[in-house]
Amino acid sequence: MLANYAIVGIFLVAAISFPLIPLVLAFFLRPKRPTPLKTSTYECGLEAIGDVHVQFKVQYYLYALAFVIFDIEVIFLYPWAVAFQVVGLYGLIAATIFLLMLFAGLLYEWRKGALEWV
Amino acid sequence: MEVVVQITFGVIAVFILVAAAMVVSVRNVIHAALWLIACFFGVGALYMLLEAEFLAVVQVLIYVGAVSVLILFAIMLTRQITGEGVRQLTNRWPVVLAIATLLFATVLAPTLINQQWNVPPAPPLGTPEPIAGPAELGRGFVNEFLIQFQVVGVLLTVALIGAIVIAYEERARRRKVLTLAEELELKRLREQTSPTVPAPVEAEPVVQESRSASER
Repeated sequence: MLANYAIVGIFLVAAISFPLIPLVLAFFLRPKRPTPLKTSTYECGLEAIGDVHVQFKVQYYLYALAFVIFDIEVIFLYPWAVAFQVVGLYGLIAATIFLLMLFAGLLYEWRKGALEWV
Repeated sequence: MEVVVQITFGVIAVFILVAAAMVVSVRNVIHAALWLIACFFGVGALYMLLEAEFLAVVQVLIYVGAVSVLILFAIMLTRQITGEGVRQLTNRWPVVLAIATLLFATVLAPTLINQQWNVPPAPPLGTPEPIAGPAELGRGFVNEFLIQFQVVGVLLTVALIGAIVIAYEERARRRKVLTLAEELELKRLREQTSPTVPAPVEAEPVVQESRSASER
């Protein structure tokens, strides 16, 4: 069973080394002549204004909460999807009821206007 | 094969420990959160090693996906702690370490002395015990645990609606949030009016928009 992961491991090594090799090569091959202008911080070609660490609006948090809820929903749907062939139509109805309940929550959020951006 | 598993476990364990140590020692809070995500990934890899694939997926989806997003949002929404140089350790950390070690040893020592370790012989490789995988769970969800499955649906819906009720503000009641340009303009005006005394509100440019409690 674990031997199946050998191929995953090979893929992992290949995937990590693929972007890493050009970066390392470039580091050793490139000319290095920094000037103050080159090393200056910029944003879209302009000098950056203000601090990066600003406080974000609390409205973002609603999106995060909704994401967490639906993330957990996925966890419960995943076993059902794996067992789909076994549980058949009965399982489909059960899962649909489960989904509809969460859809009601989403509908509430939508009607309330919480999904609209400020 | 056994040796490979041992080595893999060692690598993952060291990775988890290093990541956990970084969480409590780096000065930038955002970096601490990112190290925590790395730590969660390591735990997911451990589940993989134990052939508990479903748990590994849950670990990645819930901890790496959801919990870390909540942590990052909590940092982003909190004022003034996102900067670097926030000292995490107190100056008296050796004292804390000594107390924690002592307490842990107090709990651990009787166990180590009194416990009779009856380690069952390891099952031969290649004949794993059948464990409940996701397919078995899915079958259970729609049969004997149908009520629980639907109750979870209700619970999630309640959580979603409750989150909106608590956190959502009607459009008209929303405090005005200044754009960056407006904030800078405000700051500049303040500096002009009182050049000698730096106003305390300067560090918190949005302080004047805080709502009064009666508005809720």
